[in-house]
Amino acid sequence: MVNIKINGIRIQVPDHTTVLEAAKKVGVHIPTLCHLKLDDFGIVNKVSSCRVCVVEEIGKPSLIPSCSALVYEGMNIRTDSVKALNARRNNLELLLSNHPFDCLTCAKNLQCELQSLANELHITEIHAKGEKMFYPIDKSSNAIVKDPNKCVMCRRCETMCNEVQTVGVLSAINRGFGVVVAPAFNIDLADSSCTYCGQCVAVCPTAALIARSDIQKVWRALANERRHVVVQVAPAVRVAIGEMFGMAPGTISTGKVVTALRRLGFDAVFDTNFGADLTIIEEANELVHRIQHGGVLPMLTSCCPAWVKFFEHQFPDMLDIPSTCKSPQIMLGAIIKSYYLKNLDILPRRLKVVSIMPCVAKKAEGARPELSKDELNNVDYVLSTRELGYMIKEAGIDFANLEESEFDNLLGESTGAAAIFGTTGGVIEAATRTAYEMITGESLGNVDFKQLRGLEGIREATVKIGSLDLKIGIAHGLGNARKLLESIKAGTSHFHAIEIMACPGGCIGGGGQPYHHGNQEILKKRQDAIYAIDKSLPRRKSHENEMVLKLYDEYLGAPYGEKAHDLLHTCYTPGERI
Amino acid sequence: MEKVNLDLKDLDLEKLAELDQYILTLDDPVERLINVLHRAQDIFGYLPPNLQLYIARKLNISAAKVNGVVSFYSYFTEEKTGKYVVSVCMGTACYVKGAEKVLKRVLKELCVEKNEVTKDGLFSVKDVRCVGACSLAPILTIGETVFGHMTEEKVPGVLNKFRGEINED
Repeated sequence: MVNIKINGIRIQVPDHTTVLEAAKKVGVHIPTLCHLKLDDFGIVNKVSSCRVCVVEEIGKPSLIPSCSALVYEGMNIRTDSVKALNARRNNLELLLSNHPFDCLTCAKNLQCELQSLANELHITEIHAKGEKMFYPIDKSSNAIVKDPNKCVMCRRCETMCNEVQTVGVLSAINRGFGVVVAPAFNIDLADSSCTYCGQCVAVCPTAALIARSDIQKVWRALANERRHVVVQVAPAVRVAIGEMFGMAPGTISTGKVVTALRRLGFDAVFDTNFGADLTIIEEANELVHRIQHGGVLPMLTSCCPAWVKFFEHQFPDMLDIPSTCKSPQIMLGAIIKSYYLKNLDILPRRLKVVSIMPCVAKKAEGARPELSKDELNNVDYVLSTRELGYMIKEAGIDFANLEESEFDNLLGESTGAAAIFGTTGGVIEAATRTAYEMITGESLGNVDFKQLRGLEGIREATVKIGSLDLKIGIAHGLGNARKLLESIKAGTSHFHAIEIMACPGGCIGGGGQPYHHGNQEILKKRQDAIYAIDKSLPRRKSHENEMVLKLYDEYLGAPYGEKAHDLLHTCYTPGERI
Repeated sequence: MEKVNLDLKDLDLEKLAELDQYILTLDDPVERLINVLHRAQDIFGYLPPNLQLYIARKLNISAAKVNGVVSFYSYFTEEKTGKYVVSVCMGTACYVKGAEKVLKRVLKELCVEKNEVTKDGLFSVKDVRCVGACSLAPILTIGETVFGHMTEEKVPGVLNKFRGEINED
């Protein structure tokens, strides 16, 4: 422990505490910009590049960045001296002097950390007048829009892309005023091996990296009377969207989302959780088939499109390992475009499927050519949780006070197993519940596999299923996924099945979710809510979803059978690293 | 935007073999990335995107990282250079002693823009950060040779020395 003084207040703090953390303990707020710290999710950006958090150390000539400076015995800090305040204002003004002032029409208006900071420091004039950078905006991809003119060089995206996700697409290119954060050789994102995981979007303080907006396309489809527009909602959306309407993080708003979607004019409101239950039936069957017939092990989950793109580009020689199952949104899309369509008296191209996803990569997934049939995409438009929030606001719907309603049947029925797809560990827990009963033929009493839960980046567990010790691995964050894949490549892995989610925390922390602004408690509350939904449901095993069983009975035939393969399974394409 | 050539097949195999040989001598080539890039530039004359990509894959690091390093240091060039690279120092000392006039004269004598190669392929010109010979300011270097206390008037003579060399070949 060391004794220090902050603004005259004495405090004892542990060694290795930063000045920023120590100040927080005595109720002193220091503004930050580049700083990002979600340690429980393995995310820390500590580059001290923005100099917005500088404070004065009494008796020392130069100011120090409080986010990275460590305390020591006898340290005497002033965060509110004229010298510190002026330096902070100057540094912020310099950043602002090279920033576009289109705040009113900016996608991040009122969500921008630079804007909040300008407000917090009450900047009313910018004294520095200088050159402004001018770069083209990269709109090449189906998922992410990159506007380097709004970049403040905080390097958060680089930390996510290189250290957390190990995708290695973004880097600072050139030097001095000419620096731009971009893929190598400043090529378009679409030409790079970007996975579109969207973690750069999730942490970007400004609108330098945002998700592509598809809102207008959806408004147009809804307004077109000749279109039959159905919507599906992913499991992690319902535990996060309330945050956009002032509701507490972790508020479960499933019923309100359904009502809001009906009011927006969707012809039917389905649940991606139905697709998740369907995925489990297929995936568990595939796993049991691989185990019993000497197939390739371990089997890796394939629900997460960023993860799919990651292994295609980074491990193109291992494409036989992931499950061939389509993701829940695409499975449900394929069922809507076949099974649901056949009872509608309309031309196939008039049926449009919209997905509400916590994700940026799902936008790119929807556009993948192999996920279309007869030139019709399984899913037509993908909106993020945020985009749905904006539509609800634009439509003037009082979300927080909305009555609750139920999904349409039969593609709206789901179990607790599907609910937990929204968090790390959930898919494999759901698969285990089903695989257990498939292999043993016995009913599973306690469905809570607590050993599979948590936030450790890489977790392993053994589940006894009859005479089989099912060895399970779990990784969230692509950097952790890489470690597991490398152990498989080296032959040192001993797993039967591995669940991988690209985003730290799983879909609760997806790139399309309401911005967490660096507050990891928000992510934890979303996770708690996911497990609360599971616990509240009468059925908690996917194979007990009566509507899924009905679908197999009436339409698909045997699980993992011929028709199921045609509609619910996919293939992968090797990519390159660039 | 101009299409970036990332085709590894366009790289000279003999030169690549020489580079591979060098990389083999390093214990930890990733830690020695800058050395690898120096050697690559020595062998190829410059570091085109496809060569940077080759190095990234060889070292199992991201191309963005390699490109970040290459584009940061003014020593590295991504453009094809002349046989002789004329580097005019624009460091503070050289600048205040008239480096800009020297640079202008060099460009005029050779009829090129910065980073452009002369028609005969002999010269290209670039401005560089301080080369650490401030007492000789202003200076320019051609290849490994340093010319100190430069003036506009000295430029043609200095360039001719290198033209002469070629004529004697």
